[in-house]
Amino acid sequence: MTPATTTVPGVMRTSSVAPGTRLDPESQELLQALTGSGRAYDDACARLHELLLRAARFEVTRRARSLKGAEADAIATEAADDALLAVLRRLDDFRGLSKLTTWAYKFALYEAAVKVRRHAWRDRELPVEPDTLASLHGGVPGPEEDVEMRERLGTIAAAIDEVLTPHQRRVLVALAVNGVPIDVLAERLSTTRGALYKTLHDARAKLRVQLEETS
Amino acid sequence: MEDRDNELIGRLLGPAGPEIGCDACFEELDRYVDLEAAGKDADAAVPGLRAHLEGCPACREEHESLLALVREDQGPAS
Repeated sequence: MTPATTTVPGVMRTSSVAPGTRLDPESQELLQALTGSGRAYDDACARLHELLLRAARFEVTRRARSLKGAEADAIATEAADDALLAVLRRLDDFRGLSKLTTWAYKFALYEAAVKVRRHAWRDRELPVEPDTLASLHGGVPGPEEDVEMRERLGTIAAAIDEVLTPHQRRVLVALAVNGVPIDVLAERLSTTRGALYKTLHDARAKLRVQLEETS
Repeated sequence: MEDRDNELIGRLLGPAGPEIGCDACFEELDRYVDLEAAGKDADAAVPGLRAHLEGCPACREEHESLLALVREDQGPAS
């Protein structure tokens, strides 16, 4: 059976979907309305907001079961509102490589997930960075602990001390040891998730090289 | 205890293979998930994204949610 798809007409020049790209009918219809004007545009925005609110509620329910109904709904609604602005602002970036709904959902899920993580840490200080991993794993191994594992952790702790910059060490310990969510750390350090992950990635790469050289 | 230590080592050293970053992951996530939901080889289409999900808990959670949401839209498999 032929897939139920249509071709984006050339008149849709305000989106980045290449002419000839095959979109599913729902994406086609919604994209046309969102790149249009008047009543059809307003109706499309309202429909898009409904989709984003559903996605945001989906995420809040999955990640924050302890939140009360009104509080959870406030976070979901704020996430959907922010996601709607992001989707409309970035509509030109939609390339038609997925369904439009999937593309839009990711904005709502992202906004909701970030808000949930930050909400959970709103009254918490960041854990104090331990001197080294050795401080967490020092001393005599318990009866259930593997001596080789203890030595491996000690080697990694030594590598952290030797090759990482203070910033790399702070980020690595916060994210990998202390379990601080990356979006919370990004907010506290006035940076972005992407920049922090780059720091984490570089720190991990330096550790791997150091461990290979010392093994 | 050993599992916990292995998980800690995994978080400290991250994925072994090449990976994309968080920004690229966000840009490609919808395409990746639609391919997964369609039973296609998403990893071949977007190299490095799977490794990133192993190394980044935040992106991993959002990937899990997007895939679950898309599968919910698809309805039960016939």
